[in-house]
Formats: sequence, structure tokens, C-alpha cells
Amino acid sequence: MSGKERIGRRGFLKASGLLTGGLVVGFQVPLGQRAAAQAPPPGAGKLPPPNAFLRIAADGSVLVLLAHSEMGQGIWTSLPMLIAEELDADWSKVKAQHCGVAPVYNHTAFGFQITGGSTSTHSEFDRYRQVGAMARQLLVQAAAEKFGVKPEDCKTDKGVVTAGNKKATYGELAEAAGKLPTPEKVTLKDPKDWKIIGKDTKRLDSPEKVNGTAQFGMDVQLPGMLTAVVARSPGFGGQVKSFDSKDALAVPGVRQVVQVPSGVAVLADHYWAAKQGRDKLKIEWEEGPTAGLDSKKLREEFKKLAGTAGNKAAQAGDAAAALAKGKILEMEYFVPYLAHAPMEPLNCTVKLSADKCEIWSGTQLQTVDQGVAAQITGLKPEQVEIHTTFLGGGFGRRATPVSDFISEAVQVAKASGKTVKVVWSREDDIRGGYYRPSFLHRAKIALDEKGHPRAWDHVLVGQSILAGTPFEAAMVKDGIDATSVEGVADSPYLKEVPDHHVHLHSPKTGVPVLWWRSVGHSHTAFVMESLIDELAHEAKKDPVEYRRELLKDHPRHLAALNYAVEKSGWGKPLEKGHFRGVSVHESFGSFVAEVAEVSVSKEGILKIHKVTCAIDCGLAVNPAGVKAQMESGIIFALSAVLHGEISFADGKVQQRNFHDYLVARMFEAPLIEAHVVPSTGKMGGAGECGVPPLAAAVTNAIFAATGKRLRELPIHVDQLKTA
Amino acid sequence: MLTNSKPHEHLAMKTNRNLIPTAAAFSAIAIAGYAFHLQGQDAPAAKKQDAAASKAAFKEVYKVLMHPRCLNCHPNGDAPLQGDDSHPHIQNVKAGPEGKGVFAMKCTNCHQEHNLPGANMPPGNEVWHLPKPEMPLVFEGKSPKQLAAQIKDPKQNGGKTLEQLFHHVAEDKLVLWGWNPGDGRTLPPLSHEEFTKQMRIWIDNGAEVPD
Amino acid sequence: MTTLTVNRKKHDVDADPSTPLLWVLRDLLHLTGTKFGCGMAQCGACTVHLDGEAVRSCVTPLSRAEGKEITTIEGLSSDNSHPLQVAWIEQDVPQCGYCQSGQIMSAAVLLREKPNPTDEDIDMGMSGNICRCGTYQRIRCAIHRAAELAGAGAKGGAK
Repeated sequence: MSGKERIGRRGFLKASGLLTGGLVVGFQVPLGQRAAAQAPPPGAGKLPPPNAFLRIAADGSVLVLLAHSEMGQGIWTSLPMLIAEELDADWSKVKAQHCGVAPVYNHTAFGFQITGGSTSTHSEFDRYRQVGAMARQLLVQAAAEKFGVKPEDCKTDKGVVTAGNKKATYGELAEAAGKLPTPEKVTLKDPKDWKIIGKDTKRLDSPEKVNGTAQFGMDVQLPGMLTAVVARSPGFGGQVKSFDSKDALAVPGVRQVVQVPSGVAVLADHYWAAKQGRDKLKIEWEEGPTAGLDSKKLREEFKKLAGTAGNKAAQAGDAAAALAKGKILEMEYFVPYLAHAPMEPLNCTVKLSADKCEIWSGTQLQTVDQGVAAQITGLKPEQVEIHTTFLGGGFGRRATPVSDFISEAVQVAKASGKTVKVVWSREDDIRGGYYRPSFLHRAKIALDEKGHPRAWDHVLVGQSILAGTPFEAAMVKDGIDATSVEGVADSPYLKEVPDHHVHLHSPKTGVPVLWWRSVGHSHTAFVMESLIDELAHEAKKDPVEYRRELLKDHPRHLAALNYAVEKSGWGKPLEKGHFRGVSVHESFGSFVAEVAEVSVSKEGILKIHKVTCAIDCGLAVNPAGVKAQMESGIIFALSAVLHGEISFADGKVQQRNFHDYLVARMFEAPLIEAHVVPSTGKMGGAGECGVPPLAAAVTNAIFAATGKRLRELPIHVDQLKTA
Repeated sequence: MLTNSKPHEHLAMKTNRNLIPTAAAFSAIAIAGYAFHLQGQDAPAAKKQDAAASKAAFKEVYKVLMHPRCLNCHPNGDAPLQGDDSHPHIQNVKAGPEGKGVFAMKCTNCHQEHNLPGANMPPGNEVWHLPKPEMPLVFEGKSPKQLAAQIKDPKQNGGKTLEQLFHHVAEDKLVLWGWNPGDGRTLPPLSHEEFTKQMRIWIDNGAEVPD
Repeated sequence: MTTLTVNRKKHDVDADPSTPLLWVLRDLLHLTGTKFGCGMAQCGACTVHLDGEAVRSCVTPLSRAEGKEITTIEGLSSDNSHPLQVAWIEQDVPQCGYCQSGQIMSAAVLLREKPNPTDEDIDMGMSGNICRCGTYQRIRCAIHRAAELAGAGAKGGAK
């Protein structure tokens, strides 16, 4: 890093009172967003400016600034581990905090600030370690000068520099270190010397999450702030024709009613008054483009489309010709729309002035939010400051390419002239769109004499997530939205099939759709791993043996599969009435296998007793965190397997809240045994990868138990009854 | 959207349907009930009893008892039911030793002394509870014959005489809730007035057990 | 005016008696540890203790709380020393953390009434609290652990 690239004598971000006085490695303390905006974004071969990511105070406390949002996935712990490792920090003195929005925090691969794609830890692996190493080097240099020794003679451990019998804490050295020029290059530790990376490490955010002090967007309170709820169109894209706010304004506590592009906002002293006021609004709506939307009709349309040729997503040989001869298996699979339903309903607080827009929210997509807010307010992006709070779950919903819940709040603040927190009710959340798209798959497959697939035609029908968004140009090629076909078009099974053809239809329905934890893999893994199970049955082979044959040239799939299979006791006797099913899938650079153990009563009562899971994600920075994510992904997937379904009738969403959009509860949760496969493979993700394999592991186990092949989700009890 | 099934049933615990009395028990109960009835009335002999009318009236009564507003809190097992499809209460609620729920899942943790406004909001009244385990009062899965025999049997109805039973269905707050169940909930097929009238006919004509 | 006793402190509250206790706690008293998740007693995120019972504050009218002892997550301990908090941290339970206040308040009633709960007791006591991050298994372990810690404490903390 050259002197020019350094951020001069200016820092970033307010240090939030957590750390005051003392250092700051490298530079001086804070300024504002403007200085941050001048710092360069990450680039190849450049060292990161450490002050953007790290502060060390006189008391020795270490504050790590996070370029990603903590939404449960554990980066509040894993990113500080990276810095602490190279810094030789005293882990008990490490704290974390979200950063603001600035180019310097752009995703090292995506080029804008986002938390998504299960990339946070591996995309920051180098940057955060470099920051830790730079800081350590400065502290050592400061110590060497103080001790009158050479830097090479200094050792660091747990926040202390020693040389012979001389020693100084990082806190004592911070100020001097902060005045030294930042190093041009750093040497990272040999992995064999790691003391923190790769070790089970407890979450840093637990203490504040067990006593109610953790601050979520919902908890933001500002002087003079009003709370608003917005009445939105009952159908997607509908517009307000006219409204009468008289009765709403008569509700005690209601202060103002304003129209915004998405509907009518009621501002009040508190949420309850705002909600009561909204209930009393009289609004006439202009129906949107989805008037008459109906799930049954949609499915029929999807079925029709599946009978026609779509855009080519993958091809080898001539599947049509190959399928013209011999026995063909034809299977159709279907999954519904799904809501993310994070526990914290969406919300956003906005404080607007002539030259500044301040936003508090749990968001996954700061750069886009900033741009959208700037556009609405007429301010420059750098005049828009974002305070990222803890996210009460994200699962993709808090990363809309159009910043729906952020932009709406900015609109309400602008229209009302008030500092305002816009809160969504659970009903608003469930009915608010941005769903995992419904998908229909139809596959025609022929087997060779070994029982392996020799020809495979696979058509997918479902909405594109990226079409019409700013990401379309980069991620939709030749009519193929990569997120629609991931897991099929790049399937390791298909690679071995000489004649195959994957095609895609991306119908436009008007339903807003979005990435939902594991995106395309949330349906493609279910379909592919069910199909493979069907083929194994057809070939009269054990589902595990069959997969081993087909995946023989895919070592990481095999590693995960074999690990989970062994740990699950596959092939060993089970309690009477219990059956196992297996599934293995690659997503987000990681390879996950899951074995589900189930029983099904004659009345069709399904009980999932246990799920054994193994992940090969390459290096696991925090194996404890990776295991927690496997457990989390499995339960998230279980909700979709057992219950999840958003449906439409007469243009409206039929579900409203957790009573009709059910999610898995304690009594439904299986025992989960998660394992991290020792691996030297390339690092992958963890946040999403536990989700994809679960559905097929369960339905494959149900097939083993009942002989019933379930080709759609969620599972209905009627499908399982045998008595 | 895909089927009309009850998605909540996958993992619900089912208990044995083992509460069906034998045929012999039925007739014994019927006779006992009849004798009791004769003793309990002011001038029963003065009025001619019509067994057929009694049985017909019970069929009407039965329609009400089997309606979800009544049946959902008279489940077969220790878990209350919900909704017009009578699915198990989705939070894995159990009656507990007092019929008032257990631990963090007591009825009144969510159910207030009145219905809360709005569709699917928790219903409530001052005495919201389930039958106690020692007197389970199961309606779910019962035929008219089984249910008639059960509700007139003091051993199975909480020690009530037929008159006390009548007063119970005519006046009990929780019974009356069935006709004031809160926003969006369907009502039993008979009005409360008609229901008590049919109950009266059933009792006055001998509280006959339908065939 | 309604007088409320929250975490042993008295507050005078000016709100309609039908206002759900949740919004009084959060928006008027600024005790934001109690969370809003569904507004209809489906998810348990708003669970607080009302005279020791784990009520769902989103459906509990202010009028019902008058004259009773209310305990919120903020009142469970002043220093994360409650056995449930200790166990929650030890077992790495929270992920996003949003539901955990309600989970812990429910678990506190479970443990009070069943100091050594079985897995089935936990299924019965905790299925009213939804966790979308799927921390159920860790909650289960943490409740068992808290039972151990509390048991040890009850025995005078003997090692």
C-alpha cells in the first residue's frame, strides 16, 4: 500500500463510545462518512487501510469493524477471529461492531457492500488477516523502539509484546503505533502456527443477546421519533386511487397520515396507535398487474410451459435422440413460493435533514440502500449514512435489489418531514412479496446397463430472481438466470451423463421474488437428490452405493457423503419403524451431506428423529460456528419441508402470520449431529449450505419407510397415510 | 393450495382411541340414566315420553357438540384442537393436570378474559380451560350413540344429573362462548336457543341413546 | 393513568387500557429487550412474566397487568448471572438473537415448575416460542445445563 492510498491522517466512522481515547492503529480517530467515502475500495494487490477495520484502545481493548452484517450466521465472531489471529490479540479483549457504508467496505469479490452468498468469512479471509498482521507489525515496531531492540527480537502473544524481560501491552503501545507509517507489505502466519483460526470459538454476541441489550433495528429510539405503519396494496403493484384519513387521525396518538409510492403511511407516537390508525384508513386501490393471481392456475401454466422447449442452460450430446430409444423415466417435481419470515419484522428508521439522511436498519445491502436513499432525497450518496444494527434474521429478505423497506421508510420521512421508524407487522411481512419463487421441474431420464443415467432431459419452470434488477446484466446470460438453474445445470451427476439437456422457462407472473436462504439450491437439491434416489431404486442399488458410483470423480462430494454416512450408522440396524434417507449437494463452494432418520405412522404422522450432517467447506475458521449453521440450515429447511407455502387466490396472498404460515417448532426439531469434514479444499460458505440437502434426505427416508415418493413440498399428511 | 389436508398433523402426538365403552356398558348406562331421570323430574309420569323424539333431538344436539367450537376443547387426547378443520393446537399445547396448560404454555398466557378483535386472534373468556385429565369429556371421534351415553353418565360427565347437565349447557360461560367465538369463527349449526330446546326435548323424553 | 410494576420498579403509564403490554414496555418504557414478532401470540418473542406466568405481552391488555408484578428479560438478572443466561452463553445458543428474550423467559417458568425437565417437558413448555435460526437443539441443551447449574446452586453451590 502506497502512502497515497493511506487515508492520510483521517479515519472513518464514529467509534461509538465503545472505545475512547487510545489508539487506533495507523491513524487518528473518526470523522464522518465523508472521509470514509474518500477511502479506496478494495482492489487486487492492495493492502486494506487498517483503521477502517480495527481500533486498539489504551486499555488494550480491540474493536473490530465488520464490513458484513450479523444476522445470526456468526460473522460477529469469525471476522474478529481472523484479525485476532494475526494480531496475536487477547481474545477476551476483542469486541466487534458493524461498520458504516463506504467503498472501503465493499465486498472483496462483488464490489459493493453486501452480506450474502455465504461469502462473508471466505471473502474476508485475506483482508481481515492482513489488517491484523499490519497492526501487529506496527505494535512490534513501536515496542522495538520503546525497548531499544530490533523488531525481530520481539514476540507477541495475547495482546502483549515481549523482548527478553521487557514487555508492553498493546494498549500501552497503541498510541505510538498509531503514529507510525503503515507497512507496505505484511507476512501472514503459517497455518500451523494458528492459535485461533480453526478452533471452536464461542460467539462474541451472546452476552448482549441473552439480556435484551442487543440493538436490533426494531429497538431504535430517537428523540422526537414517530412510528409508522404503511397500508400497502392488497395485491402486488396496486396503487392508491384515493384515501380518507379522517378516522385514522382521530385515533389518540396518531399524528400524521401521508401518501407514499407504496401506499399510505400512518405516523403515531407508538406502534399500537399507528396500527389502530391504519385499521381505520379508508383506501380505494387501483388493482395492480397481478389482479386475479391464482396459484392453481399458475401451476397449470407452469405445467404447460414444461412441455415446451426453454432456454438452454446446459447441454451435452443429443438428449432428445438418446431418449427416443429404450425405457424412459419421467418425473415431475413442484415447490411453492416461500416467505423468509425472519423473526424480526422488517423495519427502518430514517432521520432526514437538508444535507444528510441517516438510516438505522438491519440490512444486508448497504451500497444499494445508500444509492436508493440518495436518489429519493436528492442527496449525494456520501450524504447518506447507514447505521447497521443487528439483524433479527435475514435469510435474503433484507437484501432486496430495490431496497424496498429502506426506500419506503425514506419516502415516509420525506413526505412527513419527521424522524420516523417504519415498522412492518408480521402480516405485512408475510404478504409483502419477495418470495422464494415457486418452481416446477420435469425430468426424463434413461439408464444404461449399469443402471447409471445415460440420457437426461431436465426442464425447469420458475421466475427469475434477477430479471429486472440491477444485477440482471451481470448475472442473467442468454436468458438464463444462474440462480434458477444452479444445482442442476452444474450438477456433478449431469457432468457424467453423455446426452443431457437442461432448459429453463422464466415466466413473468408479477409476484416479487427474491433469494431465500440457499436461493436456487433450495429447490434444485430437493429435485436432483430425489431423482438420484429414484434412479438408485430403479437400478436396484443402495442409495449410498449408487451415489458413490456416480460421484467417483467428485472427491469433495464423496468426502462429505462418506463422513455423514459413516456417522449416521448407515446400513446398521435401526429402531423398529425407523428408516434413513440420504442426500448430498454442493452449494456456495461447500459440500454437505445429510442423513435423515424418520418414522411414519399408519395415520401418516411423520417424525424426524435425527439428522446427521457433514460439511466439507475447506478450512472452517470457526468450526463451532459452522456446526451451528448446519443446525440452523436444517431447521430452516425443515420448515419448508413440513409447512412452508405461500399461495395466491383472487390476486391476494392467502397466508398472514405464523398461524397459517407455519414454521418448525421445538417439538418438531430433530436431534442434529453436525460434523465438519477435515479438509484442505478451497474455502466455501456455511450460512446457506445446510439448507439444500435436507428436503431430499427426509423424502428419501419417507420413501424407504413407506414406498411413497413425494415429489412436492411441503409434505401433506394425506400423502403419508397408509391406514 | 395443493390439498385440503391438515398440514399440522405431521408430527402431532396421537393417543389411543381407547375410550369407547362396550355395548353392555351402553345399555347399563342407558337404563341407569333413565331411572335416574324418572326420579329426578317433578312429575315425569304425567308426561308421556317419546323415545323417538328424544333420539331425534339428540341428533340435533350432537351436531352442535361435534362442531369445532365445541369439539376443539373436547379432544381425544391431551392436546386441544384449533380451527374448523380441528387440527392439533399448533404450539404443541397440552392440557396438563388442571386442564389449564403447562409451564410456559398455560391457556391464559395467550387467552384473555375476552376474545381479542381480529381474525385468528386468540379467543378467550374468564374460564378458558380444557377438561381435567380425570374427567376427559372426549367428544372427538364419538358416534351419537357413544356421545349420548357418555354425557348422561354422571361418572363420565363430571357427576352431573341430567338437569345439572341442562343448566350447564344453558348457562356455562365456556359453553356460551361457542356462540360468541370472536371475529371470523364459524358458529355451531344451531342457535344456542335451539340447542337448549333440543337438549330439553332429549332429556324430557328420556335422554334416549340413539341407535 | 395505569401504574405498572416492571422489574420491581413502578411506572405511571398514560395509555388506553386495551393497549397491548408489549407496546407499553417497548414504546413507552423503552424496555426493548421484549420483542415484537407476530402480534397474535403465535411466536413467543414478546414473552414476559406476569405474576410469574409466561404471558405473551403482544395480546395482554395493559389493564390486565395493572397491580401485578411484571418481569422482562431486563429484570431476569443485572449481570447475566441467571443460570439460563449462563447456560445460553455457554452453549452458544443465540444466532440472530431476536427470539432469545422470549425463549429465556419461557424457559424460566419451565424450570421453576420442573427443575429437571425431560425432553418431552421441553417440547411442551417451549413449542410456543419460534426460532427461525433453528437454535432449538441448543436451547434444549441449555435448559438441561441451566437445570444442572440451578441444582448446584440450590445445593449451596457445592462442588
